[in-house]
Amino acid sequence: MSSSASQKNATLTFQNVYIESTGTFVGPIEKEGPLGDYFENYSDDLYYGEKTFEKAEREMSKIAIDSCLQKVNRTYDDLDLVVAGDLLNQLTASNFVAKDLNTPFIGVYGACSTACLSMLNAATYVEHTSFKRVLAYTSSHNATAERQYRYPLEYGIQKKDMTTYTATGCGSILLSNQVSNVRIAHATIGKVIDLNQKDANDMGRAMVPCAYDTLHQHLNDLQRTVNDYDLIVTGDLSTYGKEILKELFKADGINLDNYDDCGCMLFDIANQEVFQGGSGCACSALVSYGYLYPLLQQKKLHRVLILATGALLSPTSTQQKESIPCISHAISMEVV
Amino acid sequence: MEYLLAFVFCGFVCLVAQIIYDRTKLTPGHITCGLVVFGAFLDIFDLYDKLISIFHAGALLPITSFGHSLMHGALEKTSEYGLLGVAMGMFDLTAAGITSAILFAFIVALICKPKS
Amino acid sequence: MNKFTRLVKNRIEVKLMNENQYNKLAEDLKPKVSYFKNAVLAFLFGGCIGLFGQILVRIYMNVLHLTEKEAGTPMIVTMILIACVLTGLGIFDKIAKYAGAGTFVPITGFANALTSAALESKSEGIVLGVASNMFKLGGAVITFGVVAAYVMGVIRYVFFG
Repeated sequence: MSSSASQKNATLTFQNVYIESTGTFVGPIEKEGPLGDYFENYSDDLYYGEKTFEKAEREMSKIAIDSCLQKVNRTYDDLDLVVAGDLLNQLTASNFVAKDLNTPFIGVYGACSTACLSMLNAATYVEHTSFKRVLAYTSSHNATAERQYRYPLEYGIQKKDMTTYTATGCGSILLSNQVSNVRIAHATIGKVIDLNQKDANDMGRAMVPCAYDTLHQHLNDLQRTVNDYDLIVTGDLSTYGKEILKELFKADGINLDNYDDCGCMLFDIANQEVFQGGSGCACSALVSYGYLYPLLQQKKLHRVLILATGALLSPTSTQQKESIPCISHAISMEVV
Repeated sequence: MEYLLAFVFCGFVCLVAQIIYDRTKLTPGHITCGLVVFGAFLDIFDLYDKLISIFHAGALLPITSFGHSLMHGALEKTSEYGLLGVAMGMFDLTAAGITSAILFAFIVALICKPKS
Repeated sequence: MNKFTRLVKNRIEVKLMNENQYNKLAEDLKPKVSYFKNAVLAFLFGGCIGLFGQILVRIYMNVLHLTEKEAGTPMIVTMILIACVLTGLGIFDKIAKYAGAGTFVPITGFANALTSAALESKSEGIVLGVASNMFKLGGAVITFGVVAAYVMGVIRYVFFG
């Protein structure tokens, strides 16, 4: 199966969408990672004092959202719209958090690409509708994801080497038309790409083609090159997927020197037990909102492209020996 | 000596299973099912009893012996009841194992909480 | 420009490689993993379980005055109990990470499968959670075991008497 970055435009341009604030919450492993100091809210325990892991994920999200709003003295009443998503069936985590927000709500599912999917939706509403202050959040939790997609936590299975570790945490971002020093400049909506990859234990490899497609689409649509960005990051391609993507671009004559992967940035792969790197919705959200956004605010980076990648499989589809279709959405953040 | 034999046989079955696990896409679920069927198969020729007499606990512990026990219990009842005995005797020898597994799993699940 | 791209007007027309080409590239880049260590560890851990089982058999023979054949059952029950408790304490999966097949092949694997599945679903209650989900992972072994033993039992009885 092959596809092509089409001649049709898939990129949105924003003139009046600014980042007002961000808020994050991380679990213990993420706090101990190389970016740990950038995350102000964290828990030492995956239960976060709650009865179930599912409840813990919601509480973590609430803190991230409240932290995001408090930094700019905003309350839920100031929100016009909320866009959110997560990995759980029926978007349980996001829905249950949203019931306290008392604001029009749109739930979106993009697997691990949800950070960019929610951001691009939020930005579109700010730019083109009367919803001028929009909150976007996304979360993932190692234990809830393992329960749903893989095996019980205490099951004695030896994980395969190319596997990734679902990050625990929540990232939230507040977008508005109020001018600030960092803005959302463009978003590219990805296509679902499927190269018949069937190994659910090696999702990095499955997701590389969609990141490749979306990045080319983005650059084509804006007539830009990779060097127009200080940093290009993918969501969670894993150390293995990262190499494949670089090789694909090398074959196109493009050197991806200013490229990294959020899953590889969030964890210390050599010293933490995260196999080939991090994954999960929170991965790209935490790195983008918690680390890249402050760097943009401080003008240490000027233009960043975030390509969150999602594997659109379900536990049933894998058991039915289906392939893994994937999608990648891109968001560019730049200093004003 | 019996300890060494037990060690070697149980270790060997695990080694073979590990190689299959690493080199194929089969899950532990698939592999244990295959081993159980293999254990039952060996009992057609009374081979598993021989393995137990040589390797003792080393042959009793792998899940293959579960297949053997199911088969053995089934066949023992056939002397009394003929073909009907196959179904009647199936769980005779494995009753203690299955009962205790269910019982202990239940109790542990009630008392403990899953950790990360 | 490689064979996968061509310049069309001002846009690079990108043709994604097909499945076979992608797989070939991905396989070439795949980090080589050593399976030898896994095999050795599985052998050692599995062997230790076998050894420990035999020690238990001897103990039961002496303490409970059983024959070796009779001592097999309490030994199996003890191993199951240990595996269930270790699973509940969160220790079993830490051992299994290294042992691999060394823990899932012996009856300990079966006990762990039942316990971990039951424990996992605790938040859904005792009936719908713990009890209903207990055999989610371990059920396959029982199903296959019974079906295989039945078929082979019938074959053995009919053809070999």
